[in-house]
Order: sequence, then C-alpha cells, then structure tokens
Amino acid sequence: MPNMSPVKTPMPEQEPNVRNKNFEEVALGYTDEMAAEEAKRCLNCKNKPCVSGCPVGVRIPEFIQRVAEGDMEGAYQIIKTTNSLPAVCGRVCPQESQCEQKCVRGIKGEPVGIGRLERYVADWHMKHGAPEEFDVKPNGHKVAVIGAGPAGLTCAGDLAAMGYSVTVYEALHTAGGVLMYGIPQFRLPKEIVQKEIDALKEKGVKIKTDMVMGKVLSVDELFEMGFEAVFIGTGAGLPNFMNIPGEGLIGTYSANEFLTRVNLMKAYLDEYDTPIIRPKNVAVVGGGNVAMDAARTAKRLGAENVYIIYRRAEEQMPARKEEIHHAKEEGIIFKLLCNPIAIHGDDDGRVKAIECVEMELGEPDASGRRRPIAKEGSNFEIPVDSVVMAIGNSPNPLIRSTTEGLEANSHGCIVVDDTTMATTREGVYAAGDAVSGAATVILAMGGGKEAARSIDKYIQSKHSK
Amino acid sequence: MFKIVEKRILNDSMTLMAVEAPYIAKKAKAGQFIILRVNEFGERIPLTVADYDREKGTITIIYQKVGKTTLMLDQLNVGDEILDFIGPLGKATELEGYKNVAVIGGGAGCAIAYPQAKALHSMGTKVDMIAGFRSKDIIILEDEMKAASDRLMITTDDGSNGNKGFVTDALRKNIEEGTKYDLVIAIGPLVMMRAICNLTKEYNIKTLISMNPIMIDGTGMCGGCRLTVGGKTKFACVDGPDFDGHEVDFDEAIKRSRTYADLEKEATREYNCRLMEGANNA
Repeated sequence: MPNMSPVKTPMPEQEPNVRNKNFEEVALGYTDEMAAEEAKRCLNCKNKPCVSGCPVGVRIPEFIQRVAEGDMEGAYQIIKTTNSLPAVCGRVCPQESQCEQKCVRGIKGEPVGIGRLERYVADWHMKHGAPEEFDVKPNGHKVAVIGAGPAGLTCAGDLAAMGYSVTVYEALHTAGGVLMYGIPQFRLPKEIVQKEIDALKEKGVKIKTDMVMGKVLSVDELFEMGFEAVFIGTGAGLPNFMNIPGEGLIGTYSANEFLTRVNLMKAYLDEYDTPIIRPKNVAVVGGGNVAMDAARTAKRLGAENVYIIYRRAEEQMPARKEEIHHAKEEGIIFKLLCNPIAIHGDDDGRVKAIECVEMELGEPDASGRRRPIAKEGSNFEIPVDSVVMAIGNSPNPLIRSTTEGLEANSHGCIVVDDTTMATTREGVYAAGDAVSGAATVILAMGGGKEAARSIDKYIQSKHSK
Repeated sequence: MFKIVEKRILNDSMTLMAVEAPYIAKKAKAGQFIILRVNEFGERIPLTVADYDREKGTITIIYQKVGKTTLMLDQLNVGDEILDFIGPLGKATELEGYKNVAVIGGGAGCAIAYPQAKALHSMGTKVDMIAGFRSKDIIILEDEMKAASDRLMITTDDGSNGNKGFVTDALRKNIEEGTKYDLVIAIGPLVMMRAICNLTKEYNIKTLISMNPIMIDGTGMCGGCRLTVGGKTKFACVDGPDFDGHEVDFDEAIKRSRTYADLEKEATREYNCRLMEGANNA
C-alpha cells in the first residue's frame, strides 16, 4: 500500500540557533524508518515523469522501489549506473525545479522527497556498502579532462567505466571544484565529496592536482602526449565586482575568496594557517545560492548582524527556496529592493559602512524580469565591517586564450554543439559552467555525461575507419 | 610532492631553494611566480621564480623569513618535499624592444629583479642594476647581479658598504649624469616602488613594477590580489604581477597589504614559541 500522506516525511535538522554557530551539516538525513516511509509515497508511475526532470536521468522509481523493499545496495547500484556523485546530488540539487517538479504526487501535495532518498541511499552505501568491484577492460585509448569539478569528474567517471584511461588535471591542490571551495561544509560535508572522488580513483581515474592548464600544459601539448580527446570542464570561477567606489577597502571580499578561505583553506579552524577576517557586521550583496552560502558562513564565523542586500524582491531571488528559508531561520537579515552604490572606509582603509539606495521594480526587461530602478534621494548607510560580493562569476579565460580554434561567445563561454558538447576544435569537448556560465552542479554533471558519450563515439569512429 | 634539491642560506633572513618541478621548469619565464603550500594545514603563498633550469627540471625560489609559513618552509632541507608547488603563474615580463634599462631591487626584491636583469642582459640590452639593502651584511646575490648587468650599484641605508643612500638616490644620479633609460624596472617594498615611480614620472620614463599583493589561488578565481590600475580593477595574479607603475594606486595597495597584519603577527609568535619549546625539550 502506498503511503498517501500529502507531505514529505520531514528530515531532521539541527536547531537554527545551534547550527548558526557551528559548521556541521544542517540537514541530518533520514533514518531507515523515515526512508522506508518516504519511499512508499512513490506511486511507481509507468511513464516516470520524474526521470525526464533529472539531467543525468537517474532511474528514480526503480531505485525508490528498492528502498521501499529494504534493498539499499540494490538501490545504490541503480543510481550509480547514471550518477557518479549521488551523495552530492542528493544534497545540493535544486530538486524542486528538476525531478521533484515533475513528480505526480506534487500535483495534490508535496512531491516525493527524491533528493532526500538519493542522499539516504548514497550515505547508506558509504557506511555499509561492500567495496565496489570494477571489471572494466581497458580499451587502450587515453582522454584528458581539464578541471576536477562536477562536469569533469562525471565525464571522467563515465569514460573510465567504458574502459578509457582518463587523466584529470586540476589547478587547485584539491579535486572537486566548487564542491570543495564553494559550497560550505554545513551544506555539503567535504569528507563526503572526498569519498566520492576516492571512489572515482578506485575506478582508475587518475587525478593530477596543482596543474594550471593553459599555463603548465596547453591543449595542443595534451594531444602531443597521446590523448585522443580533451574535455574542458573549467567552470565559471572568475568573480564579478560591481565597480563601485570602495571595493578595494580592507574587509571587502568576492564570495569566491571568502568561501575559498573558509571551505578549501579551512580558515575557520585554528589548526589551519590561512587567516580570515571575522567580521561583526557583514553585508552580502546578491540573491543567489552563493550569497546565501556566504551569509550563513559569515554568521558561523561569529558575525552578529549579517545582511543580504538584493536589488529585486524575494520572489526574484535566484537562490533555492530552501536556502532562503534556512538563512532566515538562522537570523540573516534581508534588505530587499536595495542596491549598494558605495562602500565607505575609515582612515586605515577598513570598511565601515555600505551606502545603498532603495529600488522599485519597473517594466520587465529583456530577460523577462522586472527591472529594478533606483528611488532618487533614498540613500542610506548600513554600518558594516565587511562586504562580500556575490553577484556572479564568469568563465576563466585561461584555456580559451591559450587554445587555438576554440570559439567562445561574448560572455567568454565556450561555444559547443548543444547535443554533442563538441567545441569548434576537433577532439575537444566542453560542458558545465565553462559553457553555460554559472549554473548548477547537476547541469554540469549532465553535460559531462553527454560529452563522455560523444567522446566515446568520436574515438570509436576514428578507429573503425 | 616537490623535492628540494638545493638550499643555500643567503643571509640571516633570506634563503634560496631549488625545487624539482619539471613541468613548471619547462615553461617558466622571468616575471612569473609560483604558489606553494608547505603542508596539509598550510596556507598558499606566492613566490617569484628567481631562476629555472629546463634541463634539470628545477625552479629556484628565494624567500625572506617574514612569518610563520616562510619560517616553516625554512625548516625543510635538501631531500625534503613541499606538498604543493603550482605554476608558472602570472604574465611574463615583456622585455623586448628596450635599449637601456635600469633594473632596481630593494632587499628581498633583488631576488625578483635579478632574473629580469639576467634575461635583459642575455638579450643584449644595456642593463644598469641598482640594488638597495639596509646594511652591508644582508647583501645577497652580488656576484649574480654583477654578471647580469653592465653596471651594478649597491646602496645601503646605513652606508656600511661605503655607498650610503637609497636606490632612488642612485637612480637620480645616473639620470642626472646623462644616462637615457627607456625603461625602469623596480621591485621591492611598496614604499620603495612608489618612490621610484614618483621619480621616474618627473623624467617621464616608463616604469614597470612587480606587485606583491595578498594571494590565495593565484589563478584569477578570487580577486584577493586585486589592485586599482589606471582607475580599473585588475587581478595581479593573472593581469600582472607587472604593471605600469605610474598607473598603480599605491595608497590602496599599501593599506590592503596590512589586512591580516595582526593575525600574521600572532601566528608567527605562536610558531616561534612552539619552535623554542621543541628546542628546549630536545
């Protein structure tokens, strides 16, 4: 009998006033009983609309059926056939706009907690699963992957499963991309990302860190080294600034720098050497997930007042509803319809206030969103000692500027064929934020998966000639 | 892991190391830098490529012991390994097309100025090198700098080498004696570079400086190293580290360089205490 409850089985969470002082994971995950209960809410639809909402096509009803039957290992094996990083996706995917948006149960009530169940299964496997055995015959072909973020890791994992010898080149000292330096520990524990990466290594994927491609090796040199195809998954890691006065003051950070110091360099822990300013009052500018992450991180570093400053209204915020909700619960103050025009400092060059103007929404612009317009004379100041800019990132130009024949658009995004992920250069494929601009983890993984398929076709057809 | 193959004490506060890093050694050029991390708990710090040997596959770095990380690095010896060593980063200095160049180094900055002088000299450019130190006993790389220049002037703040004064004095003297420089390269503390730029502005001589802001990744993803150059925001790690010295907002750069001064002092003090404790227990 299916569980006909109209709401999702709730997932336990740390209390807001406890968790905003620590870096432990906020959402605690389902127990076995909760998972079984939630799994029974799935109606096992014949046409599986949920699957079409998943960029990597996880066989959702099948794995949920196994959970309902108590066969967790079976469930895990089903997920693993299409998703290389289930413990990550279950945590950070915006399921409300993907798989769960298509769930039939969502028509009259809440959809099935697909993300929560995926997370449960992946965590179960990490705890209880038998070590995986790989029985893949090497096919003798070499592929290079540039960038060890979600796109690159997915592409590498899929190619390795097909028998390719894959080498991933990563510029930072740790693989994982945004999963390691961007998304905070309290949303995605780094130990979990590391385990997923270690599992890929066991599959035979070689990961070389400390390799800044474009500087230390070019794409041309990779081909000279015997790689038959190259995948570019270098993301969009170039932070934008507003170009307002005062962005050079001490205490102003890009969200990338702020989060990198905390997540990758672990500046919040005493035993690590990287320093960070622990501000008392912080303004975070922006309305996306990165802004929420930065604001909640600032709170955990001990800030008393953390403001989100966003120029549109809450309905227009690109951040996930759940993240906005969590941020509010943790005491983040939202200053909506409000835009910074300058940052003011003291004589030592340290931030002391941010000056904003109030905004109102005008006619919809080209993107369909109502354009914010400044209200004249509405200037006001908020006293802060730190400002974090979370207004978006652009693709890093390092690879495209050192690779001939690689076309990019006016935003610096690499141009690819929509279905094959082939770039304008033969044998070179690209996906993820490097192609789309800043988007989501799961879209990057979907692109990486598609590229792996195309690379396989490309190399096979070259050799069958 | 990157093996240390040579270590040379240059003076009480400065040390030279050659590190095995064949990929970087193949590509490095004068003006570029590396980022290193000593161990798992370590921070990432930038250091200029002081020299490279493409055949041996080594990169030479010269560092001054100014805080915890450089002190920790200095505990390592030949045969030991550095955990992370990343590069070559930044743009190489554009040295083509000049006839008569003054290369100026201040203190530890001489380690960075020296490869520039060497590169220019080997291209046949006429090079005057001016090196400034606080006193005679901390002069480094004298033979190397001599070999890399047509003329070498070493000044000391206290006159202990018989040539009292600042590098600005020496540069002014050369210009007033009639040397026509078409480029000045100045590398050293920010206040020194600012003084040089103020001087060369008077004579309208193009001046390149190598900026040394705080860096984290060194690949352009965070903007921690940003500077205002000609009114625009630039990232020193990808747009530099060389910039037209007449365009740089020095006041801002000097203030930003002090961002973590208190935390750095504290970390260094704690580290020294632990070293002392270790020595006493040994």
